[in-house]
This record gives sequence, structure tokens and C-alpha cells, in this order.
Amino acid sequence: MEELNAFLQERADNDLLPWYAQLAAAQRFDVSLPRVEEAALSLELLPARYQRNRQAIPVGQQLALFRSRVAVIGCGGLGGYVIEELARLGVGTIVAIDPDVFEEHNLNRQILSTPSTLGRAKVEAAVARVADINPAVTVIPFRVHYAPENGADLLRDTDVVVDALDSIPTRLDLAETCADLGIPLVHGAIGGWYGQVTTQFPGDDTIQKLYSRWVEGKGVEQQLGNPSFTPALVASIETAEVCKIILGEGAPLRNRKLSINLLDMEFEDVIFTPHLVAIGE
Amino acid sequence: MQWRMFHVPLHLFLQNGAVMRINLKLFATFRVGRFSAEAREYPPGTPVAAVIRDLRIPEEQIGMIMLNNRHAEPDQQLHEGDNLALFPLVGGG
Repeated sequence: MEELNAFLQERADNDLLPWYAQLAAAQRFDVSLPRVEEAALSLELLPARYQRNRQAIPVGQQLALFRSRVAVIGCGGLGGYVIEELARLGVGTIVAIDPDVFEEHNLNRQILSTPSTLGRAKVEAAVARVADINPAVTVIPFRVHYAPENGADLLRDTDVVVDALDSIPTRLDLAETCADLGIPLVHGAIGGWYGQVTTQFPGDDTIQKLYSRWVEGKGVEQQLGNPSFTPALVASIETAEVCKIILGEGAPLRNRKLSINLLDMEFEDVIFTPHLVAIGE
Repeated sequence: MQWRMFHVPLHLFLQNGAVMRINLKLFATFRVGRFSAEAREYPPGTPVAAVIRDLRIPEEQIGMIMLNNRHAEPDQQLHEGDNLALFPLVGGG
């Protein structure tokens, strides 16, 4: 597509590509907006929407984000914010998995829920929201329960999985599936003023340790509910972890659990001994 | 003396009258009706599980045990000056 490349280069302002040029290129060459974005980033032209990313994420890394595929399991409190932030970050493909529709009790915190989306599938709302905020990002919706039986199909070719579930046994199943498939997993959980985040690479067992004494039912969220700010914060930390894993930058919360208490503003970083298999002994 | 109410084997007291001081910290719902942070005395060699019983926290409600900033298990023995923190299960999304 040399003509497309020339078209984009002509319309770039230095190395910034305005949105109208991306739209015009898609129309003129009858290609998708994701295809235009990949062409631009491959030419080291930065879509202008990402110009405030650039000090943290240079154009080559923006291309790596665009070429990555992240699965978000659960599109409620945590998952909604994660999807919003991944789309604005410029992750090219988001797999959104959730069987539920929005209900009124979701409105206090779930960013994809509005009075007009009540009764609508959460994954459909995710598709519509991302199409609205960043049409160069593709959302693949699966309106199903994640389960070990469908895990391999749902998570095929995924670079990172985000655990935004609300069920402890399903979280444990997901950790097993990700270990089997060799996919890094970013875990976040919330309840009331409290939350936790950890990142697990294949062979690690932090999540299994966190829930090793679980017998049945839910955690503190059963008593404490979920206000608006806890999912927003925990989802943001999860998204930062996803970004670092894709880019190979920084220090993820591997073999660590960040424990968050917003009521007393206490943050605890707990160290886990690496699992022997994971460190290759 | 507070230690009279502890659920620790009597022979530990009889063998050794010494006590060790443990700094306890509780998180989230575990604070309700208990405390946020408190130093308590236990016989040397007391395991984490005995402290959990002493605090009357059902073990299946424990999400994580943190001993001196590291993840720990209930059978680990405590030592003088240890910092022990208990977190409940958190699972919402």
C-alpha cells in the first residue's frame, strides 16, 4: 500500500497524524481504521490522539500496543474501566467477555452502564463505547461465562489477560487456564474501600495462595458492597500492569500483592516467595 | 494480664516463662470489634494459626497472612518483634 503510505506522510504534521487524515485515508483507500492506524505507526507517524502518550510511550511502543491483544474477563466495575483505559491507551484488540446485562445496581460504579444501557449486554456496551472513543481499536465481544471449557478458545492469541471477575472460584479457574496457555494474568479484586492487585506469569502461584483458604461464597464485598472509586483505582493499576507487560518496561507486581485500603489510605506491598517451577529450579 | 485468655498450650508457659512481643495489624473487616494495630505478647514458638484463633477469626475468612512484609502460612512460628498482618478475602469486581 505505497499509495496509502504516501497519503499519510503527506498529511502528517511533522510526525503527528491528525484524525481527519486517518478518516480520509480509510475512505479513500477503502480500508479499515485499524489498518490505517497500523500503517501510520509502521511509518513512525503518531496518530495525534496519542501525542500525550509520547513522553511515556514512544511511537515504536505505540505500535507494539496496537499489535497486542488483551482479554478482559468481566466487564463490570473493574472491566469497564480497564476497557476504557486500554482503548484510550491504544491497545489494538480487546477481547471483552461477560454474560451479563446492565442492571440498576451497576450504575453507582460501572463506567459502561448508563440509564440507556440498562438491560443491554455489557459486552455490547463495551463495543459501542470503544467505537465512540477510539474507532481504531477493535473489540471482540463474547457474551458468555468464562469457564475452563471455553478458555482456550476465548483466549487464543491473547498477549495478556485481565482478571476483572467477581467470583473467587472462577478467578482460580482462570489462573489455571492462563498458566496452561502460557499467558500473563493481571489480577484485581475489590470490596468496599479495599482492593488488591497482583500480576501472575505462567508458573507463578500468587493467586492460588491468595485464595488458598477459600471454602465458599464471596469475600468482604458481600458485606461492604462496591463504591465508585475503588474499581476505578484498581482497574487503573491493572491497566498499568498490562501496559508494562506488553512493553517489557518497569517492574510489574510479580510475586507481590499490592493491598489497598482507601478508608485509612494504607497501601501494603506484600512479597511472595517465587514458585520454584517459575524460577526454573 | 491479657495472655490469660490466649488459646495456647499451657506447657509452653510451664517450659519457659518468657514471652515474645508481636506487632499485629488487621485489615478491612477484621478491624471491626478488634483493633487496627496492637502489640501483643505470646509464648515463644507460637504459630501464626494460634494468633488467628486468639483473635477469633475463622481461618476460611483469611485471605492473606503477611509476616514481616512477606506472605506466610498459618503453621509458621513467630519470633520476638515479628510484624504480623492479616487480610480478609477480597473477591469483588
